[in-house]
Amino acid sequence: MILNILIWTALAIGLFFNTLGIVGILRFPDVYTRLHADTKATTFGSIFTSLAVILYAAATYFQTLDGQYATLALHAAVAVVVLAITNATAAHAIARAAHRRGHKPVQAVVDRLEEHNQP
Amino acid sequence: MLSFIATALFSGALYLLLTAGSGSILRFWSSQELFVAALVALAVGFASRNYFSRNRQRAVLNPLRWLRGIAYVLGPFFLEMAKANIDVACRVITGRIRPGIVRVKSGMKTDMGTLLLANSITLTPGTLTVGIDEESNDLFVHMINVPEGLEARESIEARELFGLFDCPARVRRIAE
Amino acid sequence: MNCWMFTASAMAALMLLAMVRMVKGPTSADRLVALDAVNTLVVASMIVLGAAFKQVVFVDVAIVYALLSYVGALFIAKYLGGEL
Repeated sequence: MILNILIWTALAIGLFFNTLGIVGILRFPDVYTRLHADTKATTFGSIFTSLAVILYAAATYFQTLDGQYATLALHAAVAVVVLAITNATAAHAIARAAHRRGHKPVQAVVDRLEEHNQP
Repeated sequence: MLSFIATALFSGALYLLLTAGSGSILRFWSSQELFVAALVALAVGFASRNYFSRNRQRAVLNPLRWLRGIAYVLGPFFLEMAKANIDVACRVITGRIRPGIVRVKSGMKTDMGTLLLANSITLTPGTLTVGIDEESNDLFVHMINVPEGLEARESIEARELFGLFDCPARVRRIAE
Repeated sequence: MNCWMFTASAMAALMLLAMVRMVKGPTSADRLVALDAVNTLVVASMIVLGAAFKQVVFVDVAIVYALLSYVGALFIAKYLGGEL
């Protein structure tokens, strides 16, 4: 019973943040602020939905001692680690590419990288 | 030789983690999988010994650093990430932003430390690493909300970006 | 209608919303950001579907998909930055 409530809560938090990330992509004015919404909110939401899967699989393993569920929990944990690392690095690469391409941050108050590249 | 051992151990451990639950040796593995894990560890360790742990080879083998890294990710980093997400959620709903790119002194000496700090900055409050100064390892960070007065300063310390914990000091202890 | 299938279908709807930005995006960098968001959602929903159908293979595919989409996004970013 408590387990079900925990799973539902994790899934709800994950869906909430995923939705906010997509809304942020649609709402923000330029590529850098969209990247903010994408990287942070979507990664955090996906971590929570996967956490629900890990909780469910681990609890079922301790109830039934079926090795398949232990495998499910372990692999989901590996997938979460991979997702967190690759998302942050890909965001870094996209931001760098956008700046090299010459996209200026909209409404920016300061841009030190531009000054660094063209002294 | 040291980098070969480190790479082989890491790839073998990852293979064993992914095949756990296949048999009954040590409760989790079958004999075939253990044999293949040894083969994979040898092959991957030989093929990519020059890419994993290029410099500071001893640091990769230190298990204390791995434990510190796991503790850092589960504790301070996760809390900072939750705070960042609530912050971004508010900004998505209200649409109140004041963006800008500032220069941040990282103070890291190794590539691994810079990578970890850049990833931490990307996933924590209102900041996104855009570029890096190769000579001094300084980072250029896009902030979604630059506080009043910060845009006039030449560069800021990495410590000031994190609200709750001293993340740069922890990263330094893990990776340097 | 259990909770896993509901979450997976909600994420599919979110993917369609992200595709709006991919079609509309004024610059190609914006399209790449939307592609990255779709990739993350695909991985997350594959993990959830793995629990829904009780199949470990789904999660294995999710790991491989995450790694390959990362390499893809990295190369498109290199191309956009003019380094390729």
